[in-house]
Amino acid sequence: MGAFVLRRTVGMVLVLIAVSFITYLIFIKIPGGDPAARLAGRTATPANIESIRIKLGLNHSFIVQWFDMVKSLLSGTLISYYNGGTNVVGQIEQGLPATFSLCLGAGVIWLFFGILVGTISAAAAGRFSDRAITALALIGISLPVAWLGLVLLYLFADGGLTSAFAYGGYYPITQNPWEWATHLILPWITLAVLFIGFYGRVLRSNILDTINEDFVRTAKAKGLSPRRIMVKHVLRASLIPIVTLFGLDFAAVLGGGAIITETVYSLQGVGFYAYQSIQAQDLPALMGVTLYGAAFIVVFSVIVDVAYAYLDPRIRLA
Amino acid sequence: MSEHLLEVKDLSVSFATEDGTVRAVDDVSFGLERGKVLGIVGESGSGKSVTAMTLMGLTRGVNARFSGEILYKGTDLLKVSDNDLQSYRGQELGMIFQDPMTSLNPVYRIGEQIVEAIQAHEKVGKAEARARTIELLHQVGIPNPESRVDDFPHQFSGGMRQRAMIAMALSCNPAILIADEPTTALDVTIQAQIVELISRLKDEFQSSVIFITHDLGVIAEIADEILVMYAGRVVEQGTKRDIFYEPQMPYTWGLLGSIPRLDRPRADRLHTIKGMPPSLINPPEGCKFRPRCPHAFEKCAEEPALESRVEDPGHLDRCWLTVDYKRSHRDETISPGTEAA
Repeated sequence: MGAFVLRRTVGMVLVLIAVSFITYLIFIKIPGGDPAARLAGRTATPANIESIRIKLGLNHSFIVQWFDMVKSLLSGTLISYYNGGTNVVGQIEQGLPATFSLCLGAGVIWLFFGILVGTISAAAAGRFSDRAITALALIGISLPVAWLGLVLLYLFADGGLTSAFAYGGYYPITQNPWEWATHLILPWITLAVLFIGFYGRVLRSNILDTINEDFVRTAKAKGLSPRRIMVKHVLRASLIPIVTLFGLDFAAVLGGGAIITETVYSLQGVGFYAYQSIQAQDLPALMGVTLYGAAFIVVFSVIVDVAYAYLDPRIRLA
Repeated sequence: MSEHLLEVKDLSVSFATEDGTVRAVDDVSFGLERGKVLGIVGESGSGKSVTAMTLMGLTRGVNARFSGEILYKGTDLLKVSDNDLQSYRGQELGMIFQDPMTSLNPVYRIGEQIVEAIQAHEKVGKAEARARTIELLHQVGIPNPESRVDDFPHQFSGGMRQRAMIAMALSCNPAILIADEPTTALDVTIQAQIVELISRLKDEFQSSVIFITHDLGVIAEIADEILVMYAGRVVEQGTKRDIFYEPQMPYTWGLLGSIPRLDRPRADRLHTIKGMPPSLINPPEGCKFRPRCPHAFEKCAEEPALESRVEDPGHLDRCWLTVDYKRSHRDETISPGTEAA
């Protein structure tokens, strides 16, 4: 276990170095990617551009530029090119409450309903309820998040048809948990629908595979009740692949991946910040959100591996 | 005839598939007495496993059709509801399966799986069930059962897993132990140990045994009565003595001939029954073995009934050949090369 943690930690650091390097490389090398030229504006003289370049340290060699940027990011002093030079780390920190709230609520909803939908549909495989759930799941997977978000806003948000919930924005949980929840319920549902459909489909097919396993026949031959066979023997084995999916999807959303949902509902989270920095081609901000997201992915992939070893004793962490 | 613990009458099982109806078990009847061992022998696809699983209700499903009766202590198991069947499974009838590698759940400890079987039928606490599990593992010959009880299946060898399966099947002291090819996936030396173990435990637990195999050699030791199945039907039935010393059906001769023997001159190659078992969707007309039978003649186009054709009324077969013809020709198949000696 000690060797496992050490090896994976070294691996994580290497992955993050590679991610930051590739991000920097792509940004600098894309056509029109010279930050100094863009910052200087349309009517800039070469002298203007040159002075900005020196100010930003872009006159150094590529490797040194990259290294300096990563170093100032890690020390929390990296300054954005735009917005009057706000601190990148500070901006990400400001976005954390909204992103975490969105992710945690949506994650609970999609995991719970995904498992429920998959189990019900596998238990009723071939029957009408299974077909109906399958159709709904496919609709859920196919709905564009932006469209669904707008439709929900129109139907349920303040100023829409029913005004049942608040119209977007983030309300801190520390001030009023009820307001927090009513502001977030629509974003949660919007984000969860896609995953519920997908997880339900994956789990359904896992369960149907597992049901034909010999050990399930053994469980039947022991005289166990169908419910116990389903929960203890079938579901337990079928959930192992779901753990992988959930770990990585959850990490992606936590890492600012719910860009569309955050934008539609004006949740000023990390995803929204990422969207703004991409639009503005704000290199320091992009480096910040990319590394922040990548860190969640690598950390959660380690957590998934540990969870795997716990769920399946045949797997050893080494 | 004494009172049968289990009486199967005219059991037929068929499955609706996309290609047509598969008649997996066709008009099978047999009885099992208390404390006896019934061997069911046949090739793959002869319906022996389906017969065994049907006794446990494991073949029930939307596409399955059953007819006949399975009388266990007077109750027809075919008519028992799914719910009530749970109390028969494990408690009245225990079952062990062919592949011990896949028959145990890989994510639970051996002990947990046996404890679960005990607690499914008896209101006992965890500690008591665990103590009984350790005792069971001891009885099936697992060394250090106190510590091995907490092992996972992958930490057991194949033979040990099959022993654990036997412990699980016997955990609630069932009246009947059904062993579906319990030795097929194991090494030869382990096979003998498992057969020996089942033979010993059936006396200790006073259980009857239904032992299914494709290898007559495996049940030569322990079976009291033997049922030879082919294409879903019983083609010969009799005591172990009848089947080994007075086999009537050329199919049985083929099975006997394909047992490797050390007490005979070594043949160039082991005998095989030529051809493949017939399709159970469109079985051949007349005797089902006719297309593969070297002794077939015109009369075989008509299906022979399962009846006694020898002096012994308990020895039944489905073959039109005369008893004299059979007695003079069967050794060519059973032990080729020795008839001249």
